[in-house]
Amino acid sequence: MTDKKKTSVIIRKILLYITLGIGVILSIFPFYWMFIGATNPSGAIFSVPPNLLPGDFLVENFTNLNENVGIIRVLMNSLIIALTFTFFAVLIAAAAGFAFAKYQFKGRNAIFFTLLLAIMIPYHVTLIPLFQMMADLGWLNTYRAVLLPNLAYPFAIFLMRQNMRSIPNSLLEAARVDGAGEFKIFFQIVLPTMRPALAAVAIFLFMFQWNNFLWPLVVLGDSDMYTLPVALSSLVGMSRVDYGQIMMGTTLSVLPIMIFFLLLQRQFISGILGGSVKE
Amino acid sequence: MAANKRKRKIVTPKTAPYFFIAPAVLFFLVFTLWPVIQSLLLSFQTSTGGQSEFAGFDNYIRLFNDGLFYTALFNTFTILIIQVPIMLSIAVVLAVLMNSALLKMRGFFRVAFFMPAITALVAYAIVFMIMLDENFGLVNYALSLVGIDPVAWLNDPFWAKVSLIIAITWRWTGYNMVIFLAGLQNISNDLYEAASIDGAGKIRQFFSITLPQLKPIFLFTAVLSTIGTLQLFDEPFILTDGGPNNSTLTISLYLYLNGFRYFDFNYASAIAYVLVIIIALFSYVQMKVVGDDDD
Repeated sequence: MTDKKKTSVIIRKILLYITLGIGVILSIFPFYWMFIGATNPSGAIFSVPPNLLPGDFLVENFTNLNENVGIIRVLMNSLIIALTFTFFAVLIAAAAGFAFAKYQFKGRNAIFFTLLLAIMIPYHVTLIPLFQMMADLGWLNTYRAVLLPNLAYPFAIFLMRQNMRSIPNSLLEAARVDGAGEFKIFFQIVLPTMRPALAAVAIFLFMFQWNNFLWPLVVLGDSDMYTLPVALSSLVGMSRVDYGQIMMGTTLSVLPIMIFFLLLQRQFISGILGGSVKE
Repeated sequence: MAANKRKRKIVTPKTAPYFFIAPAVLFFLVFTLWPVIQSLLLSFQTSTGGQSEFAGFDNYIRLFNDGLFYTALFNTFTILIIQVPIMLSIAVVLAVLMNSALLKMRGFFRVAFFMPAITALVAYAIVFMIMLDENFGLVNYALSLVGIDPVAWLNDPFWAKVSLIIAITWRWTGYNMVIFLAGLQNISNDLYEAASIDGAGKIRQFFSITLPQLKPIFLFTAVLSTIGTLQLFDEPFILTDGGPNNSTLTISLYLYLNGFRYFDFNYASAIAYVLVIIIALFSYVQMKVVGDDDD
């Protein structure tokens, strides 16, 4: 390698790291600043020059936030709803995906195609009739009102079907010869072998429900039943806005997901991208 | 499972698939198909004092004469047309840089860039709202250091749109970058080697190999981003509540306001159906434009 070429590689390397470095700072900084806000009193967030160091107001912000909107209750609401939803939605999607991938039956393609069409429908179309349905049933302000409407999540069914196609037919046949029933095959053979795909779909669905805003906003009027995003948005609307509390709340909504993400990067990225990226 | 022995006569390989799809189909019928039909019916009715009556196209006629609806359409499309190309361009460039053989610690960069995509929309919108505060916000402070006067990010009709565009771009660029990166890794090295032998430089290679090879990915990300932007709700709801002066009123936000602040379910349903048609048209056109000359 000539000297000239060597220098050009070094320059390119430096430019590469500088550009990506700026990008990383822009991506990460709002998170850092959010944590700073969560550990400082409300006024500190607007101090000039800005305060970029953690303070000692973390516990106080949490206590205030809990007194103000009952954040512990809100966290429980979000967690119960997201976990219940994920469990059942994954099961429903896996069962349907298995049937669409591994059985021949009348109406298979028509039903599958109809479900696929539903992916294209913006959820706004169902918003008002679903709200009326929940109101008529007297289910407003309940967990089931939040989680029932999306349990058959078309995109999750689609993903499960794509993944289930890789199950060898010989495996299923062998189990049948051994006398296993169809449900037993599903629960004891199909689900265990599909664990990575189930994890990706579960992450996708959990994130969807954890972050879901418009539908919970509409059906949850009682602040005892608020999920995290709804409680956060109510904080912004308050007449006396406390920014320390708000940043504490946003931190609580982001931090658990972030920890999970750092632990399970690969599954997370493929889960959130809906399995559209194969690695 | 012991119960299987008894059930075996009902659940055979022939009938089993119906049992497996039953929950999905049931939920789909009750919570998707029925509301979709109901919504269409609602859009053709008006109600006064709990009494509904058939109104033909009245809601749609009202919609097409509603100045605010046009404002919402205009805002949504302005954001769409400016934001999506900017975001996808940045995402492609970042992906190409990330794919460089000179780069170490690729995993770290990928995680860092993807981080915004895991944040709740409400949470990041709040953080941006505070950072963009006109008087005390961090962004205006940073601008003041380089001698730029404070910008009324959220209180000026023009800058409010810019703020939304900045926020959405922050949230989704890394997400799209990861999709492009996966696409880049599928492009055969032979193509670049052949181009190098022919004397094509890096920039030339980017335009004549990388971009054409990424076309299907562009289509995918463009359709996804377009559908997402057409449904934009959380960010304008939190950041600006549609203001100032309706400059960030989006179609979804207008639908929500009509449905759940003015409780005009019929009118809101008509807006929902117009939104469906717009999304369907857009997706169709994009697939035609980008997808056509391949096949």
